[in-house]
This record gives sequence, structure tokens and C-alpha cells, in this order.
Amino acid sequence: MFDQLDQIFVALKHLLMGYVPAVGQPFVSALLSVVMVLAVFPGFFAIVTILERKGLGRIQNRPGPNRVGFPWPLNRLFKSRLAGFGQFIPDGIKSLTKEDIVPRAADKVVHFLAPVVMLIPVLLAYAVLPFGKNMTIADYDAGVLFFYAVGGAVEVSVFMAGWSSHNKYSLLGAMRAIAQMISYEIPLILSAVTVIMIVGSLNLNDIIARQNTYTFGIAHWHVFTPWGFAGFILFVIAALAESNRSPFDLPEAESEIIAGYYTEYSGFKFALFFLGEYLGMFAIIGLGITLFLGGWTAPFSFLTWIPSWIWFFSKLLALVFLFIWIRGTLPRLRMDQLMNFAWKFMLPMALLNIAAAGLWHFMGANALRWPVCAAILAAAYVLLGRGLMHKQKLGKRTYRYAE
Amino acid sequence: MSLPFLITAFVTLFAAAAAMSLRNLVHCALAFVVVFAGLAAMYLQLGAQFAGFAQILVYVGAIAILIVFAILLTRSGETPNQAVLAPGWLAGMMISAGVFATLGWLVLNSKALPKGSSEAPVVTVKNIGDVLMNKYVLPLEIIGLLLTAAMIGAVVIALKEPSKTDYSGRKT
Repeated sequence: MFDQLDQIFVALKHLLMGYVPAVGQPFVSALLSVVMVLAVFPGFFAIVTILERKGLGRIQNRPGPNRVGFPWPLNRLFKSRLAGFGQFIPDGIKSLTKEDIVPRAADKVVHFLAPVVMLIPVLLAYAVLPFGKNMTIADYDAGVLFFYAVGGAVEVSVFMAGWSSHNKYSLLGAMRAIAQMISYEIPLILSAVTVIMIVGSLNLNDIIARQNTYTFGIAHWHVFTPWGFAGFILFVIAALAESNRSPFDLPEAESEIIAGYYTEYSGFKFALFFLGEYLGMFAIIGLGITLFLGGWTAPFSFLTWIPSWIWFFSKLLALVFLFIWIRGTLPRLRMDQLMNFAWKFMLPMALLNIAAAGLWHFMGANALRWPVCAAILAAAYVLLGRGLMHKQKLGKRTYRYAE
Repeated sequence: MSLPFLITAFVTLFAAAAAMSLRNLVHCALAFVVVFAGLAAMYLQLGAQFAGFAQILVYVGAIAILIVFAILLTRSGETPNQAVLAPGWLAGMMISAGVFATLGWLVLNSKALPKGSSEAPVVTVKNIGDVLMNKYVLPLEIIGLLLTAAMIGAVVIALKEPSKTDYSGRKT
């Protein structure tokens, strides 16, 4: 019964395909998959926006949105306000109906195209992600490479938005965003290289298949190994920076440059940027789950009866919660701190992690590889951290007042 | 010639023409990005998955940004006022057409080119990996060493701190 529940979407698609003539089948099959991604993830985005507002409110000791419940015809029947969880509906309607303002000095065509160009690579990235067992849209052999390739195209749209607005804040924001994305793309890719080395495949389904085995009832997720743990931490930090999330949100630092590259966007175009940013975040979290957290597999063998897509989306939600928590906790970095962190800490750690993963592979099934790899990474972390902190001369801030 | 090929070919050629003839340099660079993406689409239609993805990763993700940055850092925002075509454009066009025709004729009549269309080889990512790891392992190792050295060099350059004062104005 649970197996059927696990494969319910796959079976549903097969059922629908049965009604389609053979000529149209490839087209309809692709259309069904695309419609699913276009329906599920923007819906998830709507729910996450409200979760984020509620969560940040909680962290900052205020209630957050708590007024809007059911939409109009239903509110006659149900009196509950759903603790404000209906807020995303008026939010969506508002951004759809707001006036679309284009600055007079703006480059009209590029200004119009930028949000569209932003969404295309972000949505393409979902093509290779496995959302559940047998639920990958395009099972490419070079899936990881495809993901990073389309991810790199986002920078072009950021530049288009920043440059075409003819606004100093926009251009500054775009420059910051591009510099940050390029810097953090290196640790992002290098931390994924360890997994590719160990598994020996760029195919995301192969990577999951390798993690879908159990010893003593615990899954062989890569995050449970020393190099995998270090790689996962590096990946999450780089993913935060890549999706311009706090504490790496300098490109849209509202206290300095208003909203960065989308300062001059309003209404639906602004909503598209917002959507693109969140969908990019979900995609990159999805890749992190697939590489390190076993994708749609269960952590313990006695939990394998839970449908695979539930596992994928719970992990996604858990990591999104972590991102919201970080946003509510950490202050924003300064530009030089951001770059120092990427080049002096993340890059050496990622390179060393590759070496540790290689050592892990060549030590074979030897139990000694656990302490050795863990010791190498821990020593590097401590030494690197101490070395960098030593130069910073951190200490209690001394205030000087006019006498 | 299939319809997808015609569409990508037309878009790529149109974008290439735009990249040459638009007045604003940034517009030219953006048209160039479309050319890169169109070429990647061509590779994908030919079944060269790896080359297509690498084309997007390297050219759209990195080279395009490099071009755009170079333009922004060296030019002011003003669009130039002179004509798009240089004075001797007709002669230039004829010379380039002549060179292209000669090269094309030579390539088509070359003895090195196998006659008749042979079977298209099936190239998967696995094949490429096998060849890289067996036949071309030495060049791969040398490139890997070079790139790692470059990356460590970047870290070493970043570690040096030339200025004596940090951003808060304190002496260190």
C-alpha cells in the first residue's frame, strides 16, 4: 500500500499518458512534468514566504502576519484566521495588480527582459533534481554539470537588471551580487566534487542510489562521513551566498543600496525577481539534499515505508527553516569580510576536503579512515580559523567619547 | 533540417549580426550571450551533451560576465556617435567573403576529411571520462596541477595584506 502511495504521481502520469495518442506522447509527457514543477514550487514559495515572515517575527519577538484567514467565499463558513497563513493570497494579488513603473532613463528592452531571463535558468535547474523515486524529469548522465551550467546563467540576468535600470544603487547591487556569486561558486562546486569523486558519477540518481544502503539501520548518507560533513557545511554556506541570503545579502542591503539590482522594479516584475530568488534557493537546497542528505531516501531503515517525495520535501522544508533561522540570527557581513571568507577560508577548506575524500577512498574499508580524515579536517579548521582570527585582533570594542 | 535546428540557427545568426551591428556595447555583449546559448543548443541537438553543458558553464556563466565587466570598467555609459559601419566596409566584406570561400573550398577538398558520411559516434559523458582518464591522462593531470596551482596562488595573493590600516581606521 505504501509502495503505491510512493509511486502515486508516477502512476497518475502513466494513467494520463494512456489517453494520449502515441504521436503526442513525448510532448504531453514533458508538458505534464513541467506543469508539475510550475505548480508545486511556486506554491511552495508562497507558503515559505509566509513561514519566513512568521518565523522572523517569532525571532524578533513580534507576532508577524496574523490577520488573513480564508479567502472570501470560504470565510463565511470558517471563522478561523489560520494564524495568518492566508496572507500569501493578498500578497500575490497585490504584486500582480500594482503599477508597473519603468524609469524614463532605463534601457526599456533589457529592463523588461531581465526578470524573464532570471526565471529561465532557475526553472531549468529543476529538470535534473530527483523529487522522489522515479521522479526525475530529465535523467541526464551529466546532471550535476547541467545544474551548475544553468546556475551560472543567473549572473547575466542580475547584470541586465542592474545595468538597464540606469541607477547607481542598481549597478552597485548587481556588481556586488556578481562578485559574490563568482567567488562562492568555486567552493560550491569544489564541495560537490568530493561526492562526484567518491560515487564516480555525475548522475544525480546514481548519487542517491549509492546513499540508499543501510548499516545497523542507519543510511549511508554522505553527510555522515567526515569529508561529507565538512562538504555539506561548506555547501550550505556557499548556497546561502549564492542565493543572496542573509548573512550574505549585501547585494540587496536595504540600509545601503535600497534593494540592489531590483531597486527600479515594481509590481509583477519585482514579484518575478522575488520568485526567481526563492526558486533558486529551493533548487540549490535540493541539490545539497541530493548530494549529501541522501535525496529522497530515509535516514533509518525502519522509516523507509514513508513515501520518497515526503522525505524530499521534508528535508527541503527543514533546510529552508535553517536558512530562515540563520537570517533571523546573523548580522550582515561587510564586503571585505565576505571576500576574505570566500578566498581565505572556504577555498582552502574545500581543496583540503577534496584531498581528505581522496584519502578516504584509498584507505578502503579500513576503520582507521574515520579518525584520520576527521582529524585532518578538524586540524585544518582550527588552524585556519586561528590563523585568520589572529590577524583580525578581535576583542572587546572600545568606545571613545568626546570629553 | 528539422524545425528546432532552423529556429536555433536563425536565432544564433540573428544574434551574431546584432552583436556586430548594435551601437551600445553592452547590448552587443548581451547579444553575444544569445550566440553562446544558441551554440550550446546546437551542440545539444547534435547529441554532444557534455560539450553543450560546458559551453553554457564556461561561456554564458564566465566569459560573458568577463566581457561585460571589461566594458563597464573601461567605457563610460555614453553610446558612440559615429556610424556603425567603418568607411571601407564594402571592401572588408568582399575580402572576408573571399577568405571564407577559399578556406571552405580547401577544407571540403582536403584529403584528411573522410569521404562520405560515416556513422555518428555515440559519445556519452562516461566515454569522455574514460578517454580522459586513460588515453589523455597526462594532459589532464598537467591541467589539473596548473589549475590547482593557480587557485592556491589566488589564496596566497589574498592572504597578503598590503595596507597597515584596516577598515575601522585602527592601526594593526
